Amino acid sequence: MGRVVLVTGVGRDLGGRFARRVALDPTVDKVIGVDVVPPPADLGAVRFVRADIRHAVLAHVLSSEEVDTVVHLGVIATPTSVGGRTSMKEINVIGTMQLLAACQQSAGVQALVVKSSSKVYGSSPKDPAMFAEDMTPRRTPRAGFAKDSVEVEGYVRGFARRRPDVRVTMLRCANLVGPLTQTTMTQYLELPVVPTVLGFDPRVQFCHEEDALDALNHATLAGVHGTFNVAGDHVLTLAQAIRRLGRPHIGVPSIFLGALGSVIPLLRRANLSAEQVAFLSYGRGLDTTAMRQTLGFEPKFTTPEAFEDFARRSRPGAMQPERVAELERQVADVVAKVRGYGQQ
Amino acid sequence: MANSDGAARPSPGHSGDDLTDSVVDAAKEVFGGEMWERRLAELLAFTRRRITGDYEVDEFGFDIELTERFLHRALRPLAEKWFRVEVRGAVNIPAFGGGLVVSNHSGTVPLDGLITSLVVHDHADRYLRMLGADLVFRLPFIGELARKAGATLATSEDTERMLREGELVGVWPEGFKGIGKPFSERYQLQRFGRGGFVSAAMRTGVPIVPCSVVGAEEIYPIVGNLSPLARLLKLPYVPVTPFFPWLGVLGMVPLPSKWLIEFGEPLLTEACPEGAADDPMLALNLTEQVRETIQQTLHSLLRQRKSAFA
Repeated sequence: MGRVVLVTGVGRDLGGRFARRVALDPTVDKVIGVDVVPPPADLGAVRFVRADIRHAVLAHVLSSEEVDTVVHLGVIATPTSVGGRTSMKEINVIGTMQLLAACQQSAGVQALVVKSSSKVYGSSPKDPAMFAEDMTPRRTPRAGFAKDSVEVEGYVRGFARRRPDVRVTMLRCANLVGPLTQTTMTQYLELPVVPTVLGFDPRVQFCHEEDALDALNHATLAGVHGTFNVAGDHVLTLAQAIRRLGRPHIGVPSIFLGALGSVIPLLRRANLSAEQVAFLSYGRGLDTTAMRQTLGFEPKFTTPEAFEDFARRSRPGAMQPERVAELERQVADVVAKVRGYGQQ
Repeated sequence: MANSDGAARPSPGHSGDDLTDSVVDAAKEVFGGEMWERRLAELLAFTRRRITGDYEVDEFGFDIELTERFLHRALRPLAEKWFRVEVRGAVNIPAFGGGLVVSNHSGTVPLDGLITSLVVHDHADRYLRMLGADLVFRLPFIGELARKAGATLATSEDTERMLREGELVGVWPEGFKGIGKPFSERYQLQRFGRGGFVSAAMRTGVPIVPCSVVGAEEIYPIVGNLSPLARLLKLPYVPVTPFFPWLGVLGMVPLPSKWLIEFGEPLLTEACPEGAADDPMLALNLTEQVRETIQQTLHSLLRQRKSAFA
């Protein structure tokens, strides 16, 4: 008798792809995908159930389908896709509460996997260089997706205490990049001229979307109880990342960056909220020792490699490396000519 | 070829040669001698790598290339010609593996930290990873430069992480009390805090190397403090020296005092029993020992240095 897996958030890209992937595993009997919007692509062997997890509908699904593993990918980061911040908060917080209530009532549920975000650590000058899972944030996020993630984690931890028989795995993923990932961070990096915070060059870490999917797969099928950071090795500084994309960047004092973000329509996609500005000032590093040693997962892409994959597929910027190398060759040629004349 | 009034005038072709000659001479001046072509090529390649983001930083943000090419090259003439730094006891710095260098702190701005890290690089061929207060990382430009120079926040997590990775870590436990003290209290070591750095060293079993820096007290002698302004700007102090802020930017030139930096015998912590790091009494004792050593070395160096500016 194989596993029966319920996946929330399949209407979104990551959720849909994960559901398809986990359905292919031989140890999995049945996969049920839940979301309020139907998935954009075909889900293959996954059975889609249209349901709004903000309402108490899942208890019925969990018991009737005899679900033993629940994977919660329904925490949303972009308010615009769901019609505003209020809806987003409801889906994230109330949706999670309802899901956890349903899991609590269901005796058959044995494992819960939640995709959380490294944003729960916040960004501040008092941060340690690398956050390990047991470290508390120095500046707790106060708004937006980050705050929702903090609340979601709190509820999940409460659930783990009430149902100690359930294996609960929480994955704090770094900023996702990849050919199919569209986040506020990728939108920000793909701006024609990227506004950075004047005087700051923070460290950033990325997680390739393939690694995120693999980590979720691993956590679902062979997982370990606990909270784990998931990120590629090594860091990039923000200026490095922007330059590797071949884009010019311009420093803006932090007090103006938020205002600029709301005034210029192009920047609204990049969502320059206070949390994002803090991240763009101070960055964040993640310690992934527990991911390797306890969870037993090794990502395939390091941060620079993941970013290179992203850079290869994004629109070329104004300062492509090939152009700069060409410029260097031309300057060297001119110098050689000058030297040639000088020697005559 | 002469023009109508008989004076020799270079032909257009010759003036082109003169121009290229002067450009080549200028390049030789800038890059030093006949190697100017190669150096120019190196500089072009370096600039290209920087523009395209093709360089590496470690997990703390340490940019080795930038530190060596710019920071150290800028500091070296300051250390060698302006401050005439004399280094003693560089053999006490461990050649490899983790180590904790503990130093006194003075000079209004943490210039002594930068000079010490340059000296460690030049005399012991190691990078000193400096620990800074969160104020450093809160400031624009300075925080970024600090990380690129290898510094990180002075927390036990970061310190232990670096020591476990075999890095040489530098800590200035007096903190702002040290660099902000008035000139009349020079060379009197302030309190060393709770000794968190000592616990970190004990937990990782690395040697503690006491370091005494003489000369940094006199670079910006503090005679007053504009505390209301400091409170407004959220700074620990706003210093008043005999030259700043009256002389403006000129007042920011450090006085050319003579510097002596001595690294003392390392205190080994590997022999500490298990769990010793969590014993506050042991940590305080070891902290006091380090502080005493540094204070005594300071007095001895002061006696050896005839005058502050000689």
